[in-house]
Amino acid sequence: MKYILMMNAKKADFDAYAKWPKEDLKRNVMFMRAFSKELKDQGVFVATEGLAFPDQAKIVRAGKDGAPVTDGVFPESKEFLAGYWIVDVENEQQACAIAARVSAGPGPGGVAGNMPIEVRQVMSTAPEEWTR
Amino acid sequence: MTEGGQPGGAAIEDVLRELTPQVLGIVARRFRDFAAAEDAVQEALIAAATQWPRDGLPENPRAWLTRVASRRMTDQIRSESARRRRENDAVQEAPRSTESAPAETAPEEDDTLVLVFMCCHPALTPASAIALTLRAVGGLTTAEIAHAFLVPEATMAQRISRAKESIKNSGVPFQLPSAEERAQRLRSVLHVLYLIFNEGYTSSTGTQLQRTDLSHEAIRLARIVQRLQPGDAEAAGLLALLLLTDARRLARTDDHGELVPLMQQERSLWNRVQIEEGVALLSETLPKGTVGPYQLQAAIAAVHDEAASAAETDWPQILALYELLKRMSDNPMVALNHAIAAAMVHGAVKGLELLDALRADARVASHHRMEAVRAHLLELAGERDSAAKCYRAAAGKTGSLPERNYLMAQAARLSSDNA
Repeated sequence: MKYILMMNAKKADFDAYAKWPKEDLKRNVMFMRAFSKELKDQGVFVATEGLAFPDQAKIVRAGKDGAPVTDGVFPESKEFLAGYWIVDVENEQQACAIAARVSAGPGPGGVAGNMPIEVRQVMSTAPEEWTR
Repeated sequence: MTEGGQPGGAAIEDVLRELTPQVLGIVARRFRDFAAAEDAVQEALIAAATQWPRDGLPENPRAWLTRVASRRMTDQIRSESARRRRENDAVQEAPRSTESAPAETAPEEDDTLVLVFMCCHPALTPASAIALTLRAVGGLTTAEIAHAFLVPEATMAQRISRAKESIKNSGVPFQLPSAEERAQRLRSVLHVLYLIFNEGYTSSTGTQLQRTDLSHEAIRLARIVQRLQPGDAEAAGLLALLLLTDARRLARTDDHGELVPLMQQERSLWNRVQIEEGVALLSETLPKGTVGPYQLQAAIAAVHDEAASAAETDWPQILALYELLKRMSDNPMVALNHAIAAAMVHGAVKGLELLDALRADARVASHHRMEAVRAHLLELAGERDSAAKCYRAAAGKTGSLPERNYLMAQAARLSSDNA
């Protein structure tokens, strides 16, 4: 079963992250690299991506003529996707255990960041046999 | 075959995949190192896949592959012992006797069986056992297996190497399990084949068959196991079940890839040849004695397959089979299907009563299938609004996109034509 683990953060979190001291950033980057390698070694890795900071993020809707209408000023409370992992595991507990590991990744001062990780199933399981 | 008597790519693939377990059996037995032998055989397969289309099939393909794989093993052992000598001059490694050309051995049917047992060892996780079986017994490449499961090749490679590591660490000898162990171990083998089939059967949408098609691979492997264990009724039961289920493949999705439930399938699309083969297997094994869950599920599939129309389905017979199956297995999915059969025989109310009794079972109480079955039975009972609600609840819980589309369409149908 495939699950996506999404790390979401508010604009303020991204701003704070951009101001982390060098050692903290380095520790965090190392952790993320080791984490991805661990997933690969365990044979559960499917994909991962980190996203650009949301400063330039835009919401696009189609206008009347189908042309893009963009919206780019977001309230402070809005959450943005920072990055995601997709893993292929046996069950939801395993996906949650992996999410907890990344949530415990080091924040400023090396203290566990406890970032919230949203765990959602990817629609890839086999449908049931419909015996009727 | 292509022109000029050269074998075509597909023909070569077939030969290679048939020979894979035989050659691996010979090499693993000779060198007593399953993990390394498995790598060596893969390399030999790759060499054959490039050379044979160019040079033609060798006179004895099995001997050719065995020789190439054995040479790799020898090279590897030489470089290993050279490395160890470098590391410690004092240690004299006696090179294993690998000089003699491998004598051509008769196909070791037993070896293939040993391999199957090894790859489906209960110490492995299902995902590892599946991957290893497809590579070591099925002769698929890591890339092909990765593609079939939609994961990166490196991930699949890691699964396979971890599986081999577990086997190595568990110290399982390369030999058949003891007679006492055999029956239990065979259950693991059949379960792995069933999982492979299910993955392919249920994830296939269109009508296009691919070479790495997992359902057909599972059927091919089940045939091998059944041939090697002719006395085992459940091995025959599994093969029959796979054939009888796969027979409905083309009817199972419509032109847009949407699911078509069994009762609405176009039965003329069902594969009669496979149905006949499955039924023949069952008729041969059922009277022989011990009836197991695979035979019972196959028997249920056969009753469906043999009904000329949905209306002519022999539900009392299906209900009786589910009652036997329920006594034999504690699987709540069986209990759900039993409730459907009971509803078809005794009315929707009876089926709903049985579902209520399952509410206490945590394994199934919040499962989408519970809601879906309830929705179906409520609809049968004429309770359209409640049925629509349950279809929606089921749609919210399933992990399958085609299934969600189907469930939402059912809910929409009940909500719109309320006339």
